[in-house]
Order: sequence, then C-alpha cells, then structure tokens
Amino acid sequence: MEIPADLRYTPEDEWLRLEADGTATVGITDYAQGQLGDIVFVELPDLGRTIEAGQPFGVVESVKAVSDLFMPVSGEIVARNDALEQSSELVNQSPYADGWIARIRPSDPAQVEALMTADAYRAQLPADAE
Amino acid sequence: MADVPPIPHQAIPNPYIPNTDADRALMLDRLGLTSIDDLFEELPAAHRSPAIDVPIALAEADLVRMLAERAAENVTNRPSFLGAGAYRRAIPTITAHLAGRSEFATSYTPYQPEISQGTLQAAFEYQSVVCELSGLDVSNTGMYDAASATAEACLLAVRVTRRRAVALLEPIHPNTIDVVRMYAYGGDVRVDVVREASEITDEHACLVVQQPDFLGGIADVQALADAAHEAGALCVVVADPLALGLLRAPGDAGADLVTGEGRDLAGPMTFGGPSLGLFAARETFLRQMPGRIVGRAPELHPPAGAPHDAPARIGYVLTLQAREQFIRRERATSNFSTGQSLIATAFTITMQTLGPQGLRESAELCYQKAHDAARRIAALPGYTITSPGAWFQEFLVRGEKPAAVIASALAEHGIVPGLDVSDRAEPEAHEALLFCVTEATPAAHVDALVQALSEIGGRS
Amino acid sequence: MTLTTEDVGARLAFDRGTPGRRGVGVPRWTGEPTPLPDAHLLRESVRLPELSQNEVIRYYGALSRRNYSIDTGTYPLGSCTMKYNPKVNDLIASLEGFAHAHPLAQPEHLQGILRVLHELQGYLGEITGLAAVSLAAAAGAHGELAGILMIKRALERRGDLAQRRRVLVPDSAHGTNPATAAMAGFTVQELKSGPDGCVDLDALEAALGDDVAAFMITLPNTLGLWERDIQRIVQRVHEAGAYVYGDGANLNAILGRMRFGDLGFDVVHLNPHKTFGTPHGGGGPGAGPVCATPELAPFLPAPVVTEADGWYTQFRPDDSIGRMQQFHGSVGVLLRAYAYIRTIGREGLAETSGNAVLNANYLRTLMEAHFDLPYDRRVMHEVVFSGNRQKRQNGIRTYDIAKRIIDHGLHPPTVYFPLIVEEALMIEPTEAESRESIELLAQAFIEVAEEAARDPDALHAAPQTAPIGRMDETEASRHPVIRWQPRPE
Repeated sequence: MEIPADLRYTPEDEWLRLEADGTATVGITDYAQGQLGDIVFVELPDLGRTIEAGQPFGVVESVKAVSDLFMPVSGEIVARNDALEQSSELVNQSPYADGWIARIRPSDPAQVEALMTADAYRAQLPADAE
Repeated sequence: MADVPPIPHQAIPNPYIPNTDADRALMLDRLGLTSIDDLFEELPAAHRSPAIDVPIALAEADLVRMLAERAAENVTNRPSFLGAGAYRRAIPTITAHLAGRSEFATSYTPYQPEISQGTLQAAFEYQSVVCELSGLDVSNTGMYDAASATAEACLLAVRVTRRRAVALLEPIHPNTIDVVRMYAYGGDVRVDVVREASEITDEHACLVVQQPDFLGGIADVQALADAAHEAGALCVVVADPLALGLLRAPGDAGADLVTGEGRDLAGPMTFGGPSLGLFAARETFLRQMPGRIVGRAPELHPPAGAPHDAPARIGYVLTLQAREQFIRRERATSNFSTGQSLIATAFTITMQTLGPQGLRESAELCYQKAHDAARRIAALPGYTITSPGAWFQEFLVRGEKPAAVIASALAEHGIVPGLDVSDRAEPEAHEALLFCVTEATPAAHVDALVQALSEIGGRS
Repeated sequence: MTLTTEDVGARLAFDRGTPGRRGVGVPRWTGEPTPLPDAHLLRESVRLPELSQNEVIRYYGALSRRNYSIDTGTYPLGSCTMKYNPKVNDLIASLEGFAHAHPLAQPEHLQGILRVLHELQGYLGEITGLAAVSLAAAAGAHGELAGILMIKRALERRGDLAQRRRVLVPDSAHGTNPATAAMAGFTVQELKSGPDGCVDLDALEAALGDDVAAFMITLPNTLGLWERDIQRIVQRVHEAGAYVYGDGANLNAILGRMRFGDLGFDVVHLNPHKTFGTPHGGGGPGAGPVCATPELAPFLPAPVVTEADGWYTQFRPDDSIGRMQQFHGSVGVLLRAYAYIRTIGREGLAETSGNAVLNANYLRTLMEAHFDLPYDRRVMHEVVFSGNRQKRQNGIRTYDIAKRIIDHGLHPPTVYFPLIVEEALMIEPTEAESRESIELLAQAFIEVAEEAARDPDALHAAPQTAPIGRMDETEASRHPVIRWQPRPE
C-alpha cells in the first residue's frame, strides 16, 4: 500500500497535494480504493462550486459499496478529472496520479497545514491494513 | 380480547410442515430440549402464547368451496363500461401460462445471477420493451403501479432540479394526485394541481401529464413538454401502454420521464392489483433512478473445457446497485425493494407475443370500437358526446337527464355504467358519464348498452 | 427446433423471429372506420420482435429453466423467509369473481372480495395485536413508508413535528428502514448494536431525546436473535415521547407466540410473501399490510374495508396519510395470504414458528463446529454464521462459499448481511423444510468448508454446474448496457 510522503491526508482517506500555482489536487488514497474494490463510477463536483472543508463534494461507487468524498480544505473547484467519467478504474490503478478527482483553489491555506502527514495517516489506519 | 374457543387437537394436520413428531423429538434431543416451547424461553413470559382469534384450519376442498362462494358474490359478468385506470384487455393465453411457470413465480429476487438468468433476462427484455414504448433511453425493472411510479418520478425531478414543488396537469386521475401527495408529504414537497401548462413556474420541478388524460383525451405532449422545459422543469408523462401502440412515443415528443400502468396487459385486474408501474427516463437520469436495474455482463471465466480464445458468454445481473437502499441506506434514491417482477415478465410476454403489428392493431381496434360505440350513442336522441378533442378509449356521454339518473337506470338494465364524473370542474364533464370501450369489449355488450340507453331515453 | 441453454442466453427475444410472423391474431375492425387522430400525435410502429406463439413458448420456457426456485429446491435465504408457496392459493386468486373485479365497481358488486379483505384485516390485527389494519401498500418497504408517514402525521397533529426530526435505526437493520425514514423527511441516526447482537440500551438512552420521532426495530432482529430488552426498549422510547416502529419481516419466528401490540409497538408492517407463503415472483409482487394502535388508526393509508350489518365498504380514515397506490393494493397477493392463514388456521400459527425456530437451531447445531458463530446464542428463525475462519485460514470469502453451494444443487444463503457481521452467511431454513432436508443442507455447507481447506481453488471457480458462471459485475456497472439496441437516430 502506497502512502506518498509529499501529500497531506484526511481521516476519511482523501489526499491533497499543493500545486505550484497555489491550487490543490484532491483524490482518494490507495488504502481507500483497496477497501472499496473495483470503482465503477465517480460523481464529480460542478466547476466553480465553493465547498467548505469537511463537506461532501462527490461520490465514489464500487459494485457493492458507495462512499462520499469529503473536501479536505475549503475552496472553489477549478478543475475536475473528466477522464473518470469513462474510466473510473483510473482511481484503482493510479490513485495518486491519473486517478485524481478534483482541483480546488483553497480559500485558507492554513487549513492545509492542519491536515495529516503521511506518517500520521499511516498510524491511524487499522493495524492489518495492507 | 375476544373469547377464543379452544383448538380441537390436530383436527387437520398442517400440510405445509413436513417434520413429524419423531423428527421433532430427535431434533429437540440434539438441542438438549424437551419441548418446542423451550426454544421461546427468552420471550417475555407475560405475553407468551396469546389467544388469537383466527378461525381454525380448513381442509383444502372446504377452503376452495368457501372462497368460490365469496368470489361468486362479486358481480363481474355484466356488460361493463367502467375504465378510469383499469381496463379489460385482450391478453394472449400464453402470458398466464408462461408467467405462471413456477420457476418464474417461486424464485426470489435474483441476487445470485448464475441461477437466476431466467428472471434477469426476462427483466432485460422488459426494460427494452419499456424503452421502445416510451421513446426513452433507460428503464428500471418496474415499480408498484402507475401512480406510485409517477410519485417516484416527481421525487426524481425534485432531486435533479433542486426545486421543491411539482405540478400535475388536469385532467389527471384523482388517485394519482392522492398518491403523489402522499409521497410528497414524506419529502416535504408542494403539489400544485394545474389546469393549464402555462401555470408552471420556476418553482416546479416537473409537469405531470396523463396520456390519454383522465377524461380520455389525447394530449399533445410536445406542446406541454415545451412549456415545462421553458420553465426549467422536467416533463413526466403517465401513459397507457396500449395507447402507446398508436400514439407518438412521449420521449420523442419531449418527455423526460415516462410512467404507466402495465397491469392490464399482464393479467387480470384483480380489484386493482398487483399492478405494474412502468418507469423510463432519459439516460442522464440513470443514476437517479429508483428501483432495480438489470444489465448485461460478460462471464468472468470461460467454462471448464472451453477453448481458451472462445468469446465470453454473456448474461444478466442486477446492476447500478449503489443507488439502492441496501447499499446507500438513508441516501438511497428510494426505499424500493421488492417490486413487481412477475407482473413485468407477464407484461413483456404479452408485448412480445403481440409484436409490432399486433400491438398496433390492438390499439387501433380499441380506438375503432370505442369510437363506433360513441357514434351509436350520439345517434340516440338526447345523448351527446362531450369529449372536446381527440380521444382514445374513453369518452364522455351526457344526456338531458342527470348523469346519476342515467347511471342507475343502466344498472337496472344489468349494465355497469361508465364512471360518473359529473362532480368535476371541466365543462365537458358536467352531468357526464365516462364510458370505456376497449378491444376486449364484446360487440354484444355494446349492443346491449346502446339498446339500454335508447330505452332509458336521453331526453328529460 | 430445441433451444439449447447456450442459445437462450446468447440471443434475446428481440434478436429472434422473422418479419411478418405473428404470435396472436388480432381481429380486423370491419365496421365503419373512424379517422385516426392528427398525424403529429401518432407514431410509427413500436420495435418489438415478430415471433410465432410457439417461439414465445419455447423461448420463455427455456428462460424459466435457467432459474432456481422454491419448487426446484431448498432456498435458505436468511431474512427472506422463502417457504413453500401453496398451489391452491394460486387457484383461489384466479377465481373469476376475484380476478375480474373492477377496482371502481359499486360495493354491491364487490361484497365477496371486500368481505375477504375485511376478514384478512381482522386476522392480521389479531396476529399482531394491533387492530387497526390497512392493506393498501404494495410491498414491505411500501408498508414501512406508510407506517413512518403515519407517525409523521401523528407528530404533526400533536404539534411536535417541527421538533422531532430524528429516527433511530439499529446498525443491523434492513437498508429499507433508513431509506424509508429519509423518504419520509426524517434524518436517520444509526445505533451501534451491543456485543450480544441486541440493541445496546446505553446507546439507545444516549440517542433518545425530545427531537426523536421514532425508533425502528426488527423483531426478532436481523441476526435472528430475540431482543432481550424489548420491553425496556419500548418503555424508554415511549417515555421519550417517540413511537416504536416494528419491521415485521421476521414475523415467522414468533407467529402465534408473541404479538407486537402486546409488547407496546405502535405500528408494524408485514411481508405476506415471507410469512404467509405468497410466491415471490423473482422480485415481486408482494404486499405490505400495516397494523397500528387505535391512536394511529385515523392516519392509516386508504382505503380500509369496514363492515356494518354484514355490508362491506371501503373508506378513507379521517386523517389518512392518503393513498399508497391507485387502487386497493396487491389484492391477488392478499387473497393468497388469506388462503394461507385459513389453511393453517389458528393452530397452525404457533406450529409454524415452532418448527421454523426448531429447524434453525437444529441447523446451527449441525454446522457450529465448522463455521464461526459471531453470536453464540440460541437463535430464532435464522442463524448468522461468519466465513471469517475460512477467509483467514484458506483465503476463501463467504462469496466463494455461496457460489460453491450452488454446485450442491442448493440456493446460497444470504451473504454480507447484516452489515455488522464480517463475511456474514445467514441461513433461514423455514418450517417448510424437513429434518432430512436440514441435514442435507448442513452437510453441503460442511463439505464446502472442508473443501475450502483442501482445494480452495475449487471454490474460487464455482459455480461449475449453473447455467452460467460468475459474471463481471464491475464491467456491467462501469459500462451499463441495460436495453436491447438503442433506437437509430
């Protein structure tokens, strides 16, 4: 199970990467995609929508499970990964790269600092997580 | 508590319990118990084994005789011109024969696709038939009835438009209004009953149109759908599936959602149920659909002994289940679980036995017979057909006498009259009876009706 | 021509037939023709297959043979109560006077059916101890909606609705419970079950408050266990000013032995296709009778049948939540339930639950050495095992066990429900199976457990003897194909 050191994490298994242009990319972790199984559908947020930290902004579905996506930090949706509409399996295959879900412009960069580090995220996963 | 007489011990053995006393003794012994009552020790003693006032067991022959007597107390053999949402149809005999096969009738919801391909493939046929009839892209496997399907369509419209009111266009079946109100009470949605499509506003999630309408008239769905869309609302059409053999597909005329009542093409009306609610939608609403959906799937592994490069066999599975209550729980699109699978199978068999020509001919026969009956009634002195425009199988008859007088006079002639709609607001319904003639109405019954109306006299 | 199994699955009815072939002869209208409505209101023909009657018979006959059914064999689906469906009940529902009764006919033409429905209301009132009964709902979930809306209306009339917006549901509940509460406009709070599988009284206490509308509870619960604190639970919910909603899906366990009304429940729904042996039809039709206290009677869904001086009529209760369906409900199903109750009679009620519970406990005893029992207690009508041991030791999932059971000629049990049991495997034999049948069922599970240790791949590859193997459900969901060819533009 991969948990890249340069990303930030939430207890709900989202990751966030701060980009050079000040935006932030959001997706779900390797652990989360493994728990859900084969992902069959991703409901993407509308562009331009402003979402508060901790609010749901989309949904990922597998055949037998469904999970809300929670926004790690407050901000406006500036991009979304439309490739997932046809190829939801990208979330399984490449959760940290091709399987990204949305990009936001954070309204309060300080919130990013409050997110978990990779080590903290790993520490709170169940002991038998693989 | 009623005074309940004691049960004569083992008067009639229970035919549905195979265990014998010896079986029970052996099983109890294995459990270390002496009596079946021991299994219920955890239940509160004060309320255990209540006296229940239900009659004692009946032998099969007595049961059948008693219920045959009850059935005979219903009067169902008179010439009847009652429609208003339940229509006697000409259903091929093979429909009941095939849908009655116990492999269809006594199976459960097809959670195990490997041993449920019969039910699943029949459901896929059903979805395909409903898409063809409605002119829409996607269908579920069927809902309870037309009215509840329409209510679910309203809730779908509320979800996708994020508006909190729906508009139902008169003339629409009063019971449909009632059912939509009941569902709307749950969802805290406002229900407006409107007389003109122009009354729809940007508060409405949808405009609901009945086709043909409650008084039998054929709606111009295109114009109504355009009006709904102009207000940013969806257009829901509640259609009679036989009429759709003749009338423009609502989806082609702009409807976004189509519901309808399939019961009368599936089997007998049985006092109005079980029924079958058709539910079809544009593809964009697929993941907002209530109910179950069956999809095609390839087999995962080739069967043992098959050549390695053989194409995967295809089959059918319940799909898109993440919408449903057993996965999404309180955030499901509906609480829908057990539906109307067997009725949907029967409906499909009727449709596919009729085929394209049979369906068209049945619809036209229905139309011709009803119009011929209306023409003969209109030729009688004192009677007028007040239906204002084009209509399909139901028409309004007004005499110079009050509708109630004509209705009771017909009843005295041994004829079940059309529904008395004289309390409605539409001018054409004033002192009118809503008569229904379908492709299944015997010619002799129409003759009897015309004769009786003539004897009663339309003049006051 | 005989249809092979392969061919049936490979081609739909839509892919069969020949232009011009007819399945039924529709008479031509030979009278005076009426012009059809304006062309803009009409359509071209509907795309449907053109099949002979014989082709339809063989195609659907062959399809039916690709189904497992109760009439084929044991159907031990937990929480579904798949018992024998008596054939005499089908005959009764098809009697001319019932089958052709028009829902809007005058009462003088409906006395037979109204009397039967009135008597059925009475029987269900007696069986549940809740005398106010409506038969208007079309299925269990539909009955749930009716019951919860009755509670909503009662709260509204009490002036409490604005404040009471929360419905409590145990985490072991059927998904319909939370979905129903949400449909009725309430927010849902799940209560964690206690270590014994029952409602945790402390969790309930903590959740209760003056904003709670109702507590929904299945009795016995979905683990097949009796709720030991049920009387205390009902008392505490009532003291908090909320209503107790009963999910009657598991009535078969206590039929004739305990009544919801005597325990203080306010409203319950029943599932005739479970408890009263009406055919499930591959997913319906069902029915969803609702039984309530006198306090809730004015809110019952319409219509309800009433009797005065031997005359039966339908009426709408004073403050009814409205209609659930266009007409009177699933009357064809209700007739079968009526016939079932009359056949087993008063004496058959407790006999039914007694044998159902005996069979489940016997099965539990036969299988307990081979599968984990997450709740090691006496059970009611069904028993929940866990496939955890097989998962840990053999890398076998409950899913694989279920699929291998098919190769033993049986229908698999319910799997992965209730959600609170890992690798859940839930078996309900019902009273309709014999001792030998229970033993054969247990033997099949034991053989599969032994095979899991010896040859796990055989389980992964199962089933081998079904009409088709495992399906790619992921592909079906990712790229849905849910109809025959889309229409040409």
